[in-house]
Amino acid sequence: MPVGSQRRWTPGAWCRQRPWAGRGVVPPLACAVAVGLAFLSGPSCRPTLAEGTGPAESLATEAGRDREQQGHEQVGAVVPEWQRAAAGTAEEIEEFPVPPPPFSYGIFPCSDCHGDMEVDTKPRKLEDEHEEIVLHHGPRERWCFDCHNPGNRDVLRLASGKTIPFTESYLLCGQCHGPKFRDWRAGVHGKRTGRWDGRKEYLLCAHCHNPHAPRFPPLTPKPPPPRPENIH
Amino acid sequence: MKPDARRRSGRKATRRQFLKGALAAAVGGGLAGCDVTTREAFFHRRFKELSRAEKRDILERLERDYTEKYGSPFSVSADPAREGVLFAYALDLSRCVGCRRCVYACVRENNASRDPAVQWISVLELEKLKGVDIYDSNLYYSPEQVPREGHFYMPVACQQCRRPQCVTVCPVGATWQEPDGIVVVDYDWCIGCRYCMAACPYGARHFNWGAPHVDQEDMNRETHYLGNRPRYKGVVEKCTFCIQRVRRGRYPACVEICPVGARKFGNILDEKSEINYVIRNKRVFILKEEINTQPKFYYFYGI
Repeated sequence: MPVGSQRRWTPGAWCRQRPWAGRGVVPPLACAVAVGLAFLSGPSCRPTLAEGTGPAESLATEAGRDREQQGHEQVGAVVPEWQRAAAGTAEEIEEFPVPPPPFSYGIFPCSDCHGDMEVDTKPRKLEDEHEEIVLHHGPRERWCFDCHNPGNRDVLRLASGKTIPFTESYLLCGQCHGPKFRDWRAGVHGKRTGRWDGRKEYLLCAHCHNPHAPRFPPLTPKPPPPRPENIH
Repeated sequence: MKPDARRRSGRKATRRQFLKGALAAAVGGGLAGCDVTTREAFFHRRFKELSRAEKRDILERLERDYTEKYGSPFSVSADPAREGVLFAYALDLSRCVGCRRCVYACVRENNASRDPAVQWISVLELEKLKGVDIYDSNLYYSPEQVPREGHFYMPVACQQCRRPQCVTVCPVGATWQEPDGIVVVDYDWCIGCRYCMAACPYGARHFNWGAPHVDQEDMNRETHYLGNRPRYKGVVEKCTFCIQRVRRGRYPACVEICPVGARKFGNILDEKSEINYVIRNKRVFILKEEINTQPKFYYFYGI
């Protein structure tokens, strides 16, 4: 070790000397933590979008100037409308705005036919009506009344016995498909339209998946791009 | 200055002065014949440096030109980036079936040339056994129906890198990253050198080799200066996350068309956004991570 290094001031050596002992001075570690916290919580340390996003600040500064001007005129106007719209979705998120369920034409309400019909709970091949329905959904034991309500056909029935309208059928699907339901609610499973900064539009599971045979059907692809050798 | 040089300059113009004068005369003479609009278009500064009034003038001029050329009213906006917004995109590889609906929705929305065809999205067909091996991918697949057994599909468009190499190499500054993260091109400034196309590791930039052709009735008339306004022959173009839509709160066209809901878009800084949820809860990867371009386009497996 070089001779000079023993004389050099280091925080560790200084702490070992305990210069604050008996003087009522806050230990330096606490000081450092306090200063650090103050620094971190200050506005100077927060990352801003302008940093590292490259050139074209002119558009951003122009937008900022607009906002400042609005802010001087009216304090409430500082929060732009899109942000308020986005904040509003927190309470509305359980609403799930969906289009009407995809019923075949004239099939609903079910009670028009089923209203005074006797309920036959026996699993069988349907022949008089609904003969197009072939169940490809889960175990072989699955049958209509796992989801449909035998008493009132205009509603669906959860495993708990609670009935729900067709417009909330996602609750029914979510009983078994929990992770999908969770992703769907977050807007990640399924197609999401509407606004990215505000109210999003949802689709019912049945809009994309046939509930009786939920596997997504194959599609005809659009034509491929021209090969480079065929471009003139 | 040497005495003899001074003597010479006193007697007649130096070569430099002569050339300066000749050039000014040539340019002035050439432009004197043009109308005011052409002169303005020739002399305007870079888009980023323009004042609000100058920008408005340019947008109005473009709207006039396009209306005249394409028959009915045209809107060219220049909506700026919003504060606190950083756009990102996620694509669910376990959902995509390779139907190419997004490719054509993008072409329609963004007024890309139909002939010669310019498509911003390339859908790659890959083999499940080989995984993401883009050097062994098929861009030209056309079976009767998709998805094909044993294959999966990977649409690739601009990855909107945080460190965009296309921007680094542009010799004239015609392309840059906006504060909300979108990499844009100023078609009025691009000189068509195609350095950016060579620099882009994703093949995401496309060159207008011929005059772009879009039928009048197919033209999307809601345009953005840095996005889907009509392009010229000899300029480079690329995906802008549908800047004309997303700056107004809408989703990109490819997100809205996707029949399987594989495409997710939003503000990555907003904790409640879909994209934020994907990054927190799903296994995501980025394309060619090793070259440190830091894309804002994430692929994930939604299963």
